[in-house]
Amino acid sequence: MSSTIREADLGTKVTPLPARAAANTPVPLDHRIARNPGMKLDLGFMESVRSVNRSALERRVASLTKRRSIKADNQAAWLLRAVACMDLTTLNSNDTEERVRRLCAKAINPFRRDIVEGLGIAGETIRPAAVCVYHPFVATAVDAVRGTGIHVAAVSTAFPHGLAPLSTRLQEIEASVRDGADEIDVVIPRGLVFGAKWRELYNEIVSMRAACGDAHLKVILGTGDLATLRNVMLASMVAMMAGADFIKTSTGKESVNATLPVGLAMVRAIRAYFEETGYLIGFKPAGGISTAKASLDWLVLMKEELGRPWLEPELFRFGASSLLTDIERQLEHHLTGHYSANHRHAMA
Amino acid sequence: MNILDRYHAMEYGPAPEARNEADAWLAARDFGKALFIDGGWKAASGGKTFETSEPSSGKLLAKVSDASAADIDAAVAAATKALPKWSASSGYQRAKVLYAIGRAMQRHQRLFAVLESIDNGKPIRESRDIDVPLAIRHFIHHAGWAQALDKDFPGHKGVGVVGQIIPWNFPLLMLAWKIAPALAAGCTVVLKPAEFTPLTAILFAEICERAGVPKGVVNIVQGGPEAGAAIVNHPGIQKIAFTGSSEVGKIIRKATAGSGKKLSLELGGKSAFIVFEDADLDSAVEGLVDGIWFNQGQVCCAGSRLLVQEGIAEALIAKVKMRMSRLRVGSPLDKNTDIGPLVDPTQLDRVKGLVAEGAKQGAVCWQPDAALPATGYYHLPTLATGVSPANILAQEEVFGPVLATMTFRNTEEAIELANNTRYGLAASVWSENVNLALHVAPQLKAGVVWVNGTNMFDAACGFGGYRESGFGREGGREGMFEYLAANLPLGPVIKPAVVSAQPVEQADGAAIDRTAKLFIGGKQVRPDGNYSLAVATAKGKLAGEVGFGNRKDVRDAVAAARACKGWPEATAYNRSQVLYYLAENLSGRAGEFAARLSELTGATPKAAREEVDQSIERLFLYAGLADKFEGRVHQPPARAVTLALHEPVGVVGIVAPDASPLLGLISLVAPALAMGNTVVAVPSERYPLLATDLYQVIEYSDVPAGAINIVTGRTAELAGVLAKHDDVDGLWVFADAETCAKAEAESIGNLKRVWSGNGRGLDWASDEAAGDAFLRRAVEVKNVWVPYGD
Repeated sequence: MSSTIREADLGTKVTPLPARAAANTPVPLDHRIARNPGMKLDLGFMESVRSVNRSALERRVASLTKRRSIKADNQAAWLLRAVACMDLTTLNSNDTEERVRRLCAKAINPFRRDIVEGLGIAGETIRPAAVCVYHPFVATAVDAVRGTGIHVAAVSTAFPHGLAPLSTRLQEIEASVRDGADEIDVVIPRGLVFGAKWRELYNEIVSMRAACGDAHLKVILGTGDLATLRNVMLASMVAMMAGADFIKTSTGKESVNATLPVGLAMVRAIRAYFEETGYLIGFKPAGGISTAKASLDWLVLMKEELGRPWLEPELFRFGASSLLTDIERQLEHHLTGHYSANHRHAMA
Repeated sequence: MNILDRYHAMEYGPAPEARNEADAWLAARDFGKALFIDGGWKAASGGKTFETSEPSSGKLLAKVSDASAADIDAAVAAATKALPKWSASSGYQRAKVLYAIGRAMQRHQRLFAVLESIDNGKPIRESRDIDVPLAIRHFIHHAGWAQALDKDFPGHKGVGVVGQIIPWNFPLLMLAWKIAPALAAGCTVVLKPAEFTPLTAILFAEICERAGVPKGVVNIVQGGPEAGAAIVNHPGIQKIAFTGSSEVGKIIRKATAGSGKKLSLELGGKSAFIVFEDADLDSAVEGLVDGIWFNQGQVCCAGSRLLVQEGIAEALIAKVKMRMSRLRVGSPLDKNTDIGPLVDPTQLDRVKGLVAEGAKQGAVCWQPDAALPATGYYHLPTLATGVSPANILAQEEVFGPVLATMTFRNTEEAIELANNTRYGLAASVWSENVNLALHVAPQLKAGVVWVNGTNMFDAACGFGGYRESGFGREGGREGMFEYLAANLPLGPVIKPAVVSAQPVEQADGAAIDRTAKLFIGGKQVRPDGNYSLAVATAKGKLAGEVGFGNRKDVRDAVAAARACKGWPEATAYNRSQVLYYLAENLSGRAGEFAARLSELTGATPKAAREEVDQSIERLFLYAGLADKFEGRVHQPPARAVTLALHEPVGVVGIVAPDASPLLGLISLVAPALAMGNTVVAVPSERYPLLATDLYQVIEYSDVPAGAINIVTGRTAELAGVLAKHDDVDGLWVFADAETCAKAEAESIGNLKRVWSGNGRGLDWASDEAAGDAFLRRAVEVKNVWVPYGD
């Protein structure tokens, strides 16, 4: 009886990427991640992935979160992983430079000292992979995290709606890159999806990628606006073909945030793109993920559908603001057996 | 391993479900007194016990009372004693009891789940999230049926004392499927759980004690084959409900033949899982996980035959293998386990043997590279490719985590492959094209069809098989009928036919000689044997001769009925018009038929005319009902509709009585035709000329060739041939008791649905001898699940 498993063989088609400064102690992965160069728009390929059955996806995520349970020390480890894969975010209209500095300080030093010691993790730096801010605060953030390896992500292209002229949106990217952002979270104009204007969407994202230069491009689909999982799948494919490094669910400003069925459609898009091209695309769910339990569900989704490589910050990020505090509370509970309170942990 | 190591490894690690409560429960029980009879706990009368052990370790869990025939007698006596009061109690009263059972189970659901996983080996995720909640749902749903009984099932009453035998694969859920509708219908119950898995039924009996179930209404007897046989053969039991293997189902069918017991059988399957090229392939792969790798594949409706369209086969198989490599095989009490042990070493040996034999016959068997636990009866999930339809893995029910894969070229071939089996329990159809899915679903010979899903169950939706997967439905409105008896107006006892002296003197010497033939495939044909039988008038003179049909004539008639596609595929409106036309044409010759009736039976001209008029009226009735006896739309608690379709049974043999020779024949043939069945009719042995006259009317009434076939001859002989013909799907026999009993016993070749008068006729002239009770016999209920949402 044969028994070979075709686990993702990640080394064959890709070339190594120059190491980026990493926020977290680099983990020796048995693969090398090459940056997605994109490909030409392939409508036939899109056609082959357009079958997305919503009710089946809903059933899958409903049982997925019941099929896996992470307990005790493993749970603590997984929650630390959630922190390491976090884009600690502030995207409020009343943000100030001081507020952003506070956020950066929290990112640099996320845990109380007794928690670090209690968990025995002092030997390694575990902290959010990036901070994510609006353009005006990029320079402040870059300044604040300098030398830590924490990335600075800027939301861009007329976030959250994406409805400014293309030239304006591209200039915005360039400005953020100039200010030192090395990750750019762009939004797509959702109308292009409804109109099935795939070529136009593709071209826009290609020019955004060009504007990013070396900065990594995360393409926000605004899934809460896209109505169907089929649209989510197709928009994901266009974004990856156009050269996205990450695809991201939401701005956090839509009425529906990141949901697991949407996430499942997107990670399956990533898998299809990998199988077709050999390139590994990152995934970033964002918006509404505020509990430690929810973060575990997302990590399980990544591990089950894509495998271990997608549990690294190079390929997976949470866009989150209040999640970190809830994780700290859970970690404290893990150590003390006492349920914790928010005010016992430093705010961002 | 410290936390940092775990942080790098990102493994799940063990997540054990606590078992201390279950162990405490086990420790506190005296399993030597495990028979729950008449509300009390009793030891087996012979003092015997059997052992139940834990599939994940082989460790002994308990030595459980093993009921003897005497214990079954006691249980049946208790159920009989409790029956009058329970069946006479109000629907509200019974509803309160069912509700109390459901709620009490809810309060102890984790104990049920943990016990089930310990005893059966199924992963706790399944017992916790699927088995136990569904079982609870069954009781609460059926509380409503108890109260709705009078309104929704007029003319019906509970069938009486019910014997129920359930399998080990879903011990508690199958118990719920059996007991809930029985109690709702006002029946009392003697239920025997499987020997491998007695525990949750014992806990359930304790719940009954506390939930106010009157003594004797629910009796749970633990035991083995001896207890099972005693239940099946017990004269005090009015109905047997069995879930288990087709092999045992056939034994039960044979054993109960002629007993008058109502019977429902839910048996094995080899269900097709069809993936079309426009399906959501990733979701189809998850469907397989829920289909064949649910409960280690020990599921009667497991999607064990993957039929995949050629163009996507390679891609799908790659995805299946990848997914299989992520299945976790381990302790049933670990929350991260996808696949637990099989229930027993005998089962493991059987599965291994079938896989080895399948490989020998050319299948390529693949398993993921996973370690098995050190103890327990584990079998790795297995994918067999290159399986030909003749391979044992495509033919036999494996009842293990083994998926057999075949490819197809087009829709027609997919349907053909799907139906290329003796079974007919369930099927899955995967396609994003609703046109395709709803085109295929009705063509599949299966009692349940899931569109873009699999293994979906609900108390509101019927479940049960076609063909050798058994008959009867469980769940929903259709399931309630299995525990109800319709009040049909009984006729006299039918005596066996006596072959009397052949008349010689012609009744009407002046008429030109007429040759009555058989009517097969729309043509008048001579009997294969070329012998004839004389037909006497009431006065003993020769009325004419009819063909002496034999087994080859029945064979030809069945082939013609099977070949007739025009009738089952016609619209109901179209069938309706043909039946109206038949009535119209019969009415044009009413005088002639009345005269024939008088001549043969000696009926007065008035009575004869009345029978003809009633026959015409009955044809009219079924013509009108042809497009009105519709299915239902069930509402399971999910975003799905479940279409309970009424489909024709198929080829139905009808053995008509001598009494009311025209009306009796038409009362049986018309409802069968109305629902789209094709018919092989054996008319009254004494008065067959009415049927041979009738085919002349049929000939010019636009009935498609083969829709109705008439074979005259000896009733007992022809009934036996029909019973043994494995391409006859249904058989209705109104004949003497011995002929009925033989027909039931000999129907086991393909488990055809037999409706017998058990030696009694009906009062055919009564208005009650028509309508839904007949139409219900003429259909199979197919539940097609269509989840939706975009």
